[in-house]
Amino acid sequence: MLKRTIPMLLAMAAGIVMILAYFFPWLTPLQDQTTVWFNILAAVAFILGGGNLLKVHLKKVSDRREGWAYSMITLAAFVGVLVIGLFKLGVNPLDDFPAQRMAGDFRAEGSGFWYVYEYVFAPLTATIFSMLAFYVASAAFRAFRAKNFEAILLLSTAFVILLGRTAAGVFLTDFLPEEGMLANFRLENLTVWIMNNPVTAGNRAIMIGIALGTASVSLKILLGVDRSYLGGGD
Amino acid sequence: MYEFLRDLDRRVIFSLMALAVAVPILLQFTPPEKATPIVRDAFETIEALDEGDRVYMAFDFDPASAGELQPMATAFVRHACEKKLKIYFTALWPVGPQFIKNAERDVISRDFPDMVYGEDFVDLGFKTGNEGVIKLVSNDLRTQYPQDARGTPIDDIPMMESVASIRDFDVIMNVSAGYPGTKEWVQYAVASAPDDVKLVAGCTGVQAPLLYPYYPQQLSGLLAAIKGAAEYESLLLGKYGRENEPGIYQEGLRRMAPQLSGHILMVGLIFVGNLVYFMARKRGEA
Repeated sequence: MLKRTIPMLLAMAAGIVMILAYFFPWLTPLQDQTTVWFNILAAVAFILGGGNLLKVHLKKVSDRREGWAYSMITLAAFVGVLVIGLFKLGVNPLDDFPAQRMAGDFRAEGSGFWYVYEYVFAPLTATIFSMLAFYVASAAFRAFRAKNFEAILLLSTAFVILLGRTAAGVFLTDFLPEEGMLANFRLENLTVWIMNNPVTAGNRAIMIGIALGTASVSLKILLGVDRSYLGGGD
Repeated sequence: MYEFLRDLDRRVIFSLMALAVAVPILLQFTPPEKATPIVRDAFETIEALDEGDRVYMAFDFDPASAGELQPMATAFVRHACEKKLKIYFTALWPVGPQFIKNAERDVISRDFPDMVYGEDFVDLGFKTGNEGVIKLVSNDLRTQYPQDARGTPIDDIPMMESVASIRDFDVIMNVSAGYPGTKEWVQYAVASAPDDVKLVAGCTGVQAPLLYPYYPQQLSGLLAAIKGAAEYESLLLGKYGRENEPGIYQEGLRRMAPQLSGHILMVGLIFVGNLVYFMARKRGEA
């Protein structure tokens, strides 16, 4: 009852309020209140997420499973940043409250958290993201093959977009006039046409499909048909 | 030659890419940029505002995508400052507030020192809840943000007076790296009041195709990837100057050169890769 029925009823009630408020404006305050609860739950989910991270990695370390050393690094980073942030290590007090260090902003320049963010987190994440360019280049050389008609279409589009999104596109088709029908074949204009027409049309179709699927799944959840979100494999 | 290309080591490709990116940066080469209509529309949307109008500046990205998005965030903030708009910073990503701090330090404090916190700009900080936050601020911003990021109650902040919901802002300017981001702003904020809420956005390259369907009805303009940032910067430089002042206001333009050489290399690699493939097929190896 407590584990399944009440959570299911709560989810149904919240979902129905959110939908009905679109049709009955007098329900808007209740809809807002439900959204506030959602936001509070989302904040609590951060704590649950942290707890789950600790549980998974501590278990991996205690079992000495393959890659446990990485789990140690994850745990050290998690606990380290948490302590630096929570205890506001290195934070400068506000001018108005010079004796109250804890009143200072933990993100302010010069604080421990700021150093971790600026000199560890930001460079690491940026480095990982930038490595994508190297792997994409390698993949382009090895996997992007004109094996059939569909692949040739994809390749041609990729060429146009890759060149059209840079000054190379302008340079390569500079001999074409800027006005008139031939201007449509300038690479920069072809790129805009591809993005505005085939890409948009395809994405609209996908979005409509996703929206219909979401509506269907939401209805199943609201009506209690789909209870998989409660866990337990139902 | 065929064997050499067929067995080309990936480290050679990595080195070529490193060179393609590094050389234009070292040579400080900046190719010219011409704004496309979608970027021009974003620019004109902000240009059409009057001094003192309110813009809701949502920084929904992280350092991983800062290479693409930081230049457009900087350009958005600079444009709002040049227009003397009132800026309300927020973030739906936990690391977003750092970019707000950067904007305050690098743009507002440095080049617009007359702007006063609480009167000309305010940092409402990060809120968890993703689209829940957007949904709530669409109806009742004061419940979601009872105080700013510095802990000041919003009732004590002059520029928060008479701000009740997202409808009280003239434009939402969103810089987005994914979820939650521009798509959610369209679905929950713009959709709640299509006639009252205008949205311009900057996004990563991979997100752009997903957002094009919203332009021009729900999205008044869109800056897609670093090219979008470069185009916006070129419009800003054309209108407000500082073209002789290299630095954060030309970061997007500067990054177009490595993008140019990187893209040309990619096209070359795809071409050579296919050449190898067809030669292998001819020899009966593929």
